[in-house]
Amino acid sequence: MFTKKQLFTRGMLDISPHMLSVIPFGIICGAIGVELGFHPYLVYAMSFIIFGGASQIVFLQLLSGGASSLVAVASVGIINSRHLLYGAVLSEYLEKLSFIKKLFISYVVVDQGFAESNKFFKKNRSEKFLHYHLIGTGCTMWVCWQIATLSGIVLGSFVPEELGLKFAIPLTFIAIVVQDLKKLDHVIVMITCGLSSLLFFDAPFKSYIIISPIIALFVAALLLRLKK
Amino acid sequence: MTLTSIIFAGILTYLTRMTMIALISRDMLGDKIKAVLEYVPSAVFPAIIFPGIFINDFGTFIEMNDPKIFGALVAVIVGYFSKNIIATISAGLVSYWFLIFVVFN
Repeated sequence: MFTKKQLFTRGMLDISPHMLSVIPFGIICGAIGVELGFHPYLVYAMSFIIFGGASQIVFLQLLSGGASSLVAVASVGIINSRHLLYGAVLSEYLEKLSFIKKLFISYVVVDQGFAESNKFFKKNRSEKFLHYHLIGTGCTMWVCWQIATLSGIVLGSFVPEELGLKFAIPLTFIAIVVQDLKKLDHVIVMITCGLSSLLFFDAPFKSYIIISPIIALFVAALLLRLKK
Repeated sequence: MTLTSIIFAGILTYLTRMTMIALISRDMLGDKIKAVLEYVPSAVFPAIIFPGIFINDFGTFIEMNDPKIFGALVAVIVGYFSKNIIATISAGLVSYWFLIFVVFN
């Protein structure tokens, strides 16, 4: 049995390698917001209120491009709707928590945190305080994201653009899924999702980000049926 | 005005995070759905990976000889064998930089 503190620390350690991509990306996000002409306080407010990586950039780009606030808000909602899927997976491990705790934990659920905590949960189902791992990944992400976007806002894009550090984001997610390439069914699901995302990339409100997972999950359901 | 939109976007984002965790109980999801949910990471993350590699900042497809494709392949190979996140990201970035700064320069 791990203690709460051990689980929290383990969560911090499990997500920290991803900061290699998250921190430069956060700096870029902060700097872009200011470059697009938004007030620094507003750009920072997003990191606190939305706390949602790419959706923050999309939001500002849409507004500065003349889109209505309704379109910008809807796009953020659709981009982040993938959290519904993360929540559905995590709910199994968090069901014993009180409603209030669930409300607090929900705020820190992010892509990388979900991925790393879910991997840990699958291996340690019997642990009593599992949620501390999720709090560890989420809080680490939160602190780093606040510091990174804030430094981008204050110092401007001191990360040279030529380095193309946005490319670190797909790489971080490759690191998350790469071990599942050993399983054929997962490979099929991944390819379905990836190709769908390219096919539907121009769909309105960036909806490819939720359309392609839904298609991929249907394929997963079909594969499960074939396996039987 | 913008702040109001940010608050609405924030509430919406929070709802996407909270709904399934706080409002759905385990019994509401059947075994079949749970089995499908096992695939969520494989079904979601490629939608971030593929466009990040194959679509450029202007929303168009990259050329087939784009350094990003090479960088991503190196990351996949290094990641598969090393099982190390930092090695995966660094290998992808370094091979990408090698192509854009050394080979194509």
